[in-house]
Order: sequence, then C-alpha cells, then structure tokens
Amino acid sequence: MTKLDELIVRRIRNGTVIDHIPGGQSLNVLKILGIRGGEGYTVAMVMNVDSRRLGKKDIMKIEERELAPTEVDRIALIAPEATINTVKNYRVTKKMKVKLPDEIKGILNCTNPNCVSNKYREPVKPSFIVASRTPTLLICKYCGTYITHDEVVAQYALAG
Amino acid sequence: MITRKWSSTLGGVDMFNGRDVISISDFTRDELEKIFRAALKMEKSGKREQSLLKGKLLATAFFEPSTRTRLSFETAMHRLGGSVMGFSEAEGTSIAKGENLADTIRMLDSYADVIVMRHHLEGAAKLSAEIAKVPVINAGDGSKHHPTQAMIDLYTIWRELGKIDGLHVALTGDLRYGRAAASLIYGLTKFRPRKLSLVSPALLKLRKEIEDFLRNSGLNFSEGENLEEIIEDLDVLYVTRIQRERFPDPAEYEKARGSYRIDTELLNRAKKTLIVLHPLPKLDEIDLRVDETKFAKYFQQAAYGVPVRMALLALLLGAVRL
Repeated sequence: MTKLDELIVRRIRNGTVIDHIPGGQSLNVLKILGIRGGEGYTVAMVMNVDSRRLGKKDIMKIEERELAPTEVDRIALIAPEATINTVKNYRVTKKMKVKLPDEIKGILNCTNPNCVSNKYREPVKPSFIVASRTPTLLICKYCGTYITHDEVVAQYALAG
Repeated sequence: MITRKWSSTLGGVDMFNGRDVISISDFTRDELEKIFRAALKMEKSGKREQSLLKGKLLATAFFEPSTRTRLSFETAMHRLGGSVMGFSEAEGTSIAKGENLADTIRMLDSYADVIVMRHHLEGAAKLSAEIAKVPVINAGDGSKHHPTQAMIDLYTIWRELGKIDGLHVALTGDLRYGRAAASLIYGLTKFRPRKLSLVSPALLKLRKEIEDFLRNSGLNFSEGENLEEIIEDLDVLYVTRIQRERFPDPAEYEKARGSYRIDTELLNRAKKTLIVLHPLPKLDEIDLRVDETKFAKYFQQAAYGVPVRMALLALLLGAVRL
C-alpha cells in the first residue's frame, strides 16, 4: 500500500485488508460480506485512488473479520484481481489472491427467469461455467444464458 | 436380419450407447455423419417393422404440445419393434397437481429405457439428464435447444444436396426465440458451409450468446434484413415462423410478416437447385403455391424425421454400433 493510503486509513490490528478492488466496487464487496453497518465491525474504505494496474481502485479494511472461502469466490466475481490479506497483531499472516474457479455453483442466480435453475421446487443449484475472468463472463450450465460483470454487480446490489 | 448387417459392416468403439442428447453442440461432425449414415440405412428399410428395439420402452414426456416431434419419435420406436408410453400434455397427470419435473423424471427413469422430453423451461432436459440413468433426449426446452430437429435439418441438406460443406445457407424468421433455428446454427458450425446468412427483423435477431458462438466458430456469416439481395446465391433457404406475440406493436408484426414471406416470385430468381426447408408448423410465411414447386423440401424434411430418430434411438440403446 502507498504512503498516501496509510495517511487516509490507519493500520488495523486484526482483520482483513482487501486491495485492488475495481474503483467504486467496495460497497458491493460489503454487500457480498453481508456487512450492513449494524454488525459493529470497524470498516475503513478508500474509494477511487489511482492504481497503475486498475486505473482506479478501492481498498477496504475490516477489523476483527476473516473471510470464508465462499466469500472469497464471490468477491472474485466482481473484483477478479483483488488481493486479500489476513492481519493478526498488525502483521499480514496470510496473503490471498482471489481466483475465479472454472465453475461456480450456488452463489448467483441465472438472469433468465425461464431457466430451470430458477425454479425453487426443483432440486437444482444454479451453476455457471466461467467463460472469461476479466471482464467476468459466466455461462449458465443449464440454459446457456450469458451473465456479464454488470449483471453480477446488479444482482449483488439487489441482494443488498 | 438387419442386426447382422449392422454388425458385419460397422465396428469400433460405441460412442452413442447410453448417451444423452441435450444440445447439437455436444456432437462432433464425425458423430453427426455417423447418425446420417445410420439414418440412411433406416430410410432404406422403409416402413417394414424391425426388431432392433424389441422389448425396449420409450417414455414420451411432453410438457408442451408437439405434433411432428412426438409422433415421429413414436413412429420411430414402433418401427424398431419397441413400445411407447407417456403423456402429450401436462393436463391429466400429476404435473397438473403440482409435481415437480425432477420427480416426474425419476418415475419415468425407473419405468422406461429412454426418455424423450419437451418442456417450457430452459435447461429442463439438462437437469433431467442429471437425474435420470437412462438416456434423455431433448425434444425442445424453451427457446434454447432442439437437437434432433437440427439433426433432421442437416440430414435433409446432406440427403438432398449430397453435402453441407461449400453451401450458402440462409436462415430467416425468428432467430432470437426459435429453438430450431438456434440449434441448426450450432449444428452448421460443425460443418464448413461457404456462407451463412441470417435474415430477420431487428427485433428477432440472434441472441448474443449465439452470435458470439458463431464468431468464435470462424464460420463466414452475415446478418441482414433483406432476403431479396441474396436469394440468387442461396443453396438452402431455411424458413421459420414469426410469432405475433414477440412483437409489442401489431403494426410492426404485420410489416415483418409481409417482408419475410416466401413466394414464387421471390423463388423465380433463385438457383434451380435451391431447397426451401421449414421445421413446421408453417402458417403463412411460405405462400401455399410454393408447396407445389420443386424448391419445397419441408414435407420431405418432416418425413426424414422418422429415419433420423430411428437411427438415434437404435444408437443410444446400443442396438446398433458404429
């Protein structure tokens, strides 16, 4: 992290630092993590700082919260280049780079209302083949519908 | 006995036995050509009943109406000496009481040796194939796939013109929601037609996923709205129905209907060898006078439905090996 960022947001003692979120997407990352504000977590965010790799990026620090693997997968959908650092006692103890798996299951719905995977009475979990990682493009395993990056973001926004 | 003829002339690994038929994309060119050759043999055996599938039972699960597809599957099974059970509408079955698709398929799976199904939900056949142990054949799922129709369409071109490679094929009508057109496009990418022209009103243009698929396939294709510009160069004209309910404005529908109507005046400018196909049912997108011309091959196409489906059933149930 740059010196400038450190000036804006102080270091955290225990928790998670998510870096390289595409500019403006950190609110959606919060939604993925189910953080609405009432949970009491101390959260610091920096939005739209200059980034050589991404143009503009967001950074987020969440105190006293570690991420589950399914949460990491979901973050990968909207921030495919994010890095996730676990911090313990001011030290980074684990560094993870998110990576979209080849197939994702159950964490997103197909946008086609006529898709069999949207029928709650059928024993089926929505499943998607990852056709492209940057930008995110998913293909429904059942009906073949394309799910674009914007549609993924819109779905998380709705879920919030 | 036809059984002996099969085994004596053909051999090798069986890539068909027990397989599901969900999308035409799942088949290679080589496999499609094997189905064609098997269909040709079935065609030559005519209406004579065979015993290749004696003792086998086909379940027809038509949650949506069908005439040709269901009847040609039933005919195919009967001709091969097998029997058929099932339903042709959800009414009068437990589905009308609210039973889900999965439970219905579990039941059919335990009764029958192969299931043919049509359902309004997209991906329904894929889900059913995951549930059933016996082969599931998709006879139409929503606006997505109709693989056996595409096999018949390709077989018709192959039979009538002797090849698919090198031809200029045009598809017209509803290319957005029509599953027959979509499946034929996927199927054509397995071959090397000279050109594919997609002629439809702007509202009914290809869905993006099919367009991307086409682009990635490397097939030479173009989209347009005017059939008159290309009619003289065509080898195959594939016509599909334009449905009124797709248009928000009735005036738009009337306009589209008028400009995509195939009549003898248009066909006078075509090559003598042009064939006109249609998955049927047709309404008024083809002028009735076209039926009597040598261009009209859609009734023959429907007739080919039986030998192609016979070939497929015999292959999936391991009664013939290629």
